Amino acid sequence: MDNPRSFPMKHPKTLLLLMVGLWWGIYQTLIPLSEFIVQLFPIERDSKLGSALQFFFYDTPKVLMLLTGVVMVMGMVNSYFTPERTRAILAGRREGVANGMAASLGIVTPFCSCSAVPLFIGFVQAGVPLGVTFSFLISAPMVNEVALTLLFAMFGWKVAGLYLGMGLMIAIFSGWIIGRLNMEEHLEDWVRNMPKVNADFDTADLTLSDRLQAGFTSVREIVGKVWPYILAGIAIGAGIHGYVPEDFMASFMGKDVWWAVPASVLAGVPMYTNAAGIIPIVEALLAKGAALGTVLAFMMSVIALSLPEMVILRKVLKPKLIATFIGVVASGIILVGYVFNAVL
Amino acid sequence: MKDIKVLGTGCANCKATVKLVEEVANAKGVEIALEKVEDIQKIMTYNIMSTPAVVIDGQVVHAGGIPARSKVESWF
Repeated sequence: MDNPRSFPMKHPKTLLLLMVGLWWGIYQTLIPLSEFIVQLFPIERDSKLGSALQFFFYDTPKVLMLLTGVVMVMGMVNSYFTPERTRAILAGRREGVANGMAASLGIVTPFCSCSAVPLFIGFVQAGVPLGVTFSFLISAPMVNEVALTLLFAMFGWKVAGLYLGMGLMIAIFSGWIIGRLNMEEHLEDWVRNMPKVNADFDTADLTLSDRLQAGFTSVREIVGKVWPYILAGIAIGAGIHGYVPEDFMASFMGKDVWWAVPASVLAGVPMYTNAAGIIPIVEALLAKGAALGTVLAFMMSVIALSLPEMVILRKVLKPKLIATFIGVVASGIILVGYVFNAVL
Repeated sequence: MKDIKVLGTGCANCKATVKLVEEVANAKGVEIALEKVEDIQKIMTYNIMSTPAVVIDGQVVHAGGIPARSKVESWF
């Protein structure tokens, strides 16, 4: 992996096919394998502990494999959508459709929250409308592959799909509203006075093996970082079932508690963690009777609105624009939380 | 002597990049003047969109994420 010209890297297609085959093969053996491991313990398979163990030995590799697969694929997809290319796609577009494009590009463009400000300025400088830039900036951290994979692995495709749809909607509409408010003058002066730049970019022609390399790198960086959170999440999910009453959270975060959604969003703002860190908490809350809309609103608030990010953004946005940004996004999340509690 | 600047707002990746550049330069025995640029206004004068970025003698040679060790080695 460290030497890009090693033998397998000369035959990237073969390597890719082999990896897909191997991945699929191992994935198919997870259930029998977990049953086999549980048999090795001196425990009744049908006992509570037995099924908890089977759950743990099945779920842990399942989630890790799904995550590795998705992160690998996204690492390769990301290599097509550099920030420079995304900017070139969005520059000079009118608001409206461009908000949807920006929100979608936010999912596939590699993004780290510490790059939020340079990215923001780079977009505005190249003539990407302010509202479109915000659509991108909201969707990029909120709708990411780690959050979606974990939601899919733990709660199924419906919850993952809901999260994806809600996230995109909030990013599109919040950006659109901010664009309608014509707040360009609330950018800090030095940002507005920066010279306009061309959105041209150098097309670096990457080969398939370069993209594979990019995939390996993101697996090493992302999976290497989040696996402890995932283990914690699964252990919590397996462990708390017997000890905390099932409806413990229902009285605080249940559907009938009208103030639960805004309170969750408020509680989420000062908290900051990445998608992987929040999943164990989400798992515990849902297992104990909290309503889905409330929990997803909490999760979105933690990921999308964070104090440290605001402190950095403050260097480029005047207070009024920051307040508008927080207000619009928070209202969107609250609204979505209520809608889902009402519908589901 | 090479004049090297690491651009970044102070996140973990930026610190790791500074450390990596120092390490490799030491290992290769190359003398460098290393500077960390954390001021966002200065960072933006280099026309980059992702941090950390590395500038050698005024030229941006890397942007976005911690550079691979082999890449850093190729600079010296």
